[in-house]
Amino acid sequence: MKVITDTNKSQRRFSSKMFDFLRKYTMVIALVAVFVLFAILTDGRLVYAQNLSNLMLQNGYVLVMACGMLLCILTGGNIDLSIGSVICLVGGLAAVMISNMSVNPILTIGICLLVGLLVGVWQGYWIGYVRIPPFITTLGGMFIFRGLGRLALDNKTVAIQDSTFLNIFTAYIKVPGLDDGETVLSALIVGIVAAVLVVLNTMKNRRERAKNGYRQNSALADYLKAGVIAALILVYCYQLSQYRGISVMLVWVLAICLIYNFITAKTAFGRYFYAVGGNEKATKLSGINTNKIYFIAYANMGLLAGLCGLLNAARVGSVNGNTGTSFEMDAIGACFIGGASAYGGSGTIGGVVIGALLLGVINMGMSIMGIGDSWQYVVKGGVLLVAVIFDVVTSRKSGKG
Amino acid sequence: MSKVLLEMRSITKEFPGVKALDNVNLKVEEGEIHALIGENGAGKSTLMNVLSGTYPVGSYTGEIYYDGKLCQFKTQKDSEAQGIVIIHQELALIPLLSIGENMFLGNEIRNKMGYIDWNKTYYEAERHMERVGLHESAQTLVKDIGTGKQQLVEIAKAFSKKVKLLILDEPTSSLNDEDAKMLLDLLIESKKSGLTSIIITHKLNEIIYCADKATIIRDGSTIETLVKGVDEFSEDRIIKGMVGRSMEDRYPHREHKVQDQVSLEVKNWTVHHPLYPERVVDDHVSFHVHKGEVVGFSGLQGAGRTELAMSIFGHSYGTGISGELYLNGEKVNLKSPEDAIRHKIAYVTEDRKTNGLILDESIRFNTTLARLDKVCRGGVIDTDREVQVAEDMRKEMGTKTPTIEQRIGNLSGGNQQKALLGKWMFTEPDVLIMDEPTRGIDVGAKYDIYCLINDMVSQGKSVVMISSELPELLGMCDRIYVMNEGRLLAEVNAAEATQENIMGYIIRDAARA
Repeated sequence: MKVITDTNKSQRRFSSKMFDFLRKYTMVIALVAVFVLFAILTDGRLVYAQNLSNLMLQNGYVLVMACGMLLCILTGGNIDLSIGSVICLVGGLAAVMISNMSVNPILTIGICLLVGLLVGVWQGYWIGYVRIPPFITTLGGMFIFRGLGRLALDNKTVAIQDSTFLNIFTAYIKVPGLDDGETVLSALIVGIVAAVLVVLNTMKNRRERAKNGYRQNSALADYLKAGVIAALILVYCYQLSQYRGISVMLVWVLAICLIYNFITAKTAFGRYFYAVGGNEKATKLSGINTNKIYFIAYANMGLLAGLCGLLNAARVGSVNGNTGTSFEMDAIGACFIGGASAYGGSGTIGGVVIGALLLGVINMGMSIMGIGDSWQYVVKGGVLLVAVIFDVVTSRKSGKG
Repeated sequence: MSKVLLEMRSITKEFPGVKALDNVNLKVEEGEIHALIGENGAGKSTLMNVLSGTYPVGSYTGEIYYDGKLCQFKTQKDSEAQGIVIIHQELALIPLLSIGENMFLGNEIRNKMGYIDWNKTYYEAERHMERVGLHESAQTLVKDIGTGKQQLVEIAKAFSKKVKLLILDEPTSSLNDEDAKMLLDLLIESKKSGLTSIIITHKLNEIIYCADKATIIRDGSTIETLVKGVDEFSEDRIIKGMVGRSMEDRYPHREHKVQDQVSLEVKNWTVHHPLYPERVVDDHVSFHVHKGEVVGFSGLQGAGRTELAMSIFGHSYGTGISGELYLNGEKVNLKSPEDAIRHKIAYVTEDRKTNGLILDESIRFNTTLARLDKVCRGGVIDTDREVQVAEDMRKEMGTKTPTIEQRIGNLSGGNQQKALLGKWMFTEPDVLIMDEPTRGIDVGAKYDIYCLINDMVSQGKSVVMISSELPELLGMCDRIYVMNEGRLLAEVNAAEATQENIMGYIIRDAARA
């Protein structure tokens, strides 16, 4: 008799654990499912080394934008509509300075990032200290900076051919002597080192927790997670080694994602964004300068939009008056698909990365299959809606929100 | 013996994992005021939601007989059609709409063409407002009238729905004593015209004042029904029923060890309204608090007590603030809450949901928020240390929760209040300003909070307590300041003061003005 109740209990515990697991990793599972689906539909062409490498390159700017956008959204579901225009302005400025005015490319990059930051400071000031609604401030910015961008470009398409500039953003890492063969060994080595680091980090974490007597996840769960991540890194890096190796763009994007993940997950500064979005009044009364948090969210968004402008200009190789149009929507979509709350206060960089990759896989998969732009929009919109509906419905079920 | 209007028989309602109601019986006679009493989470609101159809028939077991008929309400509209109207604790009025629009929201009066008949709407609205003694234009926006009047709008709205049985969930929790009394008198008055009311409240004196019967619910079961004039009908008797034990002393005993040193002194503190800078909210208020002392602030709502506290707490309220502030004899200028926290002042808000807690976050997140730097190394949060301190604080406060990762919004009112107190204890304050620290929480949790206050002052710290409940101030404080309309009226010694003489100050001042 006792045995039966025990199994019942453990069964129930198991099913509630399953539910928790599914909720927590919904978007990961969705990403895997969509990836497998398109891998099958494209007869495996999706997993070609070249396509996997391009997946990151094509969506790099989305990831960078989304990292900044997440901070804005965290403060209360606020978005920045001006990013696309800032990309046009900054990219245009870079193109004109390098190609028409022959300014030193390094100096150009510095100036362009500064312009991006200034745009952010401008908008952040109105939003944070004067409390103009972000939607309106950045809608204004969307027009203003688009116009300024076109003025800078003189309504022409300007190409960038300067190799220093292009190399800083788009080259592939080649270590002389090591990467001369068919397989780019440096990519493999980086992959192996990263995979080992992931496993070592997990071990170190567990050891520290055990030493201090803190709550511990089960060894199986911890190592399984570390193992899966390490394996993915290895597979991806192997694929990269079969096609040109690691791109500088990938390094930029990964660095941004890791930095923002660290800020949002580990620092007091990052936590204040969640607090402001959760309850601004309570946050203010907790001695936190909430105006400053809004200001920084948008100032930072401007800086990252500037960086995106450079990444995009380098990748495309030219800038025109329509560059970047509606790019901000991809970033916003990635955030919401990745589980950020439309009311602010919740969302993670990990989620955002997965959201952006999900959109990227759909884009690439459908492109390989030769399905046109129009249908890609329909599918992307549908995915966004379904992801948020799913999130709202399941969180209602688990008694949250 | 009058007619039984409502009988709820063995109502049982389960939520996943909990039995909220277990065989509850309730019998209400026509024309009576029936109080429903119980600690937070006892199941009062659940029972009323079953009655009103918010929980539809089939989601509970048991039977409801109303006016002699078996009722099976599927929605709240069904019960309203029978004249059962529920007024929830949080008012359901839309601030930017007029009183008339609010009253007929969802029941708009239409003319033959199907348009809204505004003339008739406002005429009808004012007719019902007259009945509840609300003398305003029906076109006044709801945001422009006080909470007391807003509550009257709700009741007028109920009248417009031809209410026979009115259910009020904590109707006076946000009202001052004067407005509360007016409301209760209105209920008593309405009995004559045949209105039956069920009132849920934590304020026992109100029950004694207006109720004919009181049914006590504890842990989802009915304990007893007390009838005025038949059973003993006193606060002590009701408390005994609620907590299952007699609480001889509602306020824990404390050794009065007030030290000579003054920890906080405020001189000529003047605050102006943030939106209407010409309006003076606090007018040259001066007071001081000793180490080891509990000082109370008494007054009606709008007396300027919360505004005084918040403006002292780093100018978090008001404009044009002037006056001097001394901490341990040293003059300080606190320009932001951050300054105040750094100078070891804490302000525990009266409105924990709006101004105190981040409801969607965990207990851990909330506990450390005001002093996150204490668990940080170089700006990076030490998660393990954070868990540790949050856990320690939970134990110290006696917050009841499965884990500190629990979403704080899921806790009961009393436990939220303890968690909020924990958040501020974590800032290690020397002066703790508590604004209505026991509002809307049950008797047991109140007692725990009183004990925590006593602990603090026994360590030589100071507590400023703003409360609208006079017995609480008299039971807990060493000294009490009395305020009205932004002015300090009197300072009384708690041991010598009575409710009558404190109210006397306020009433005399209000009459003079």
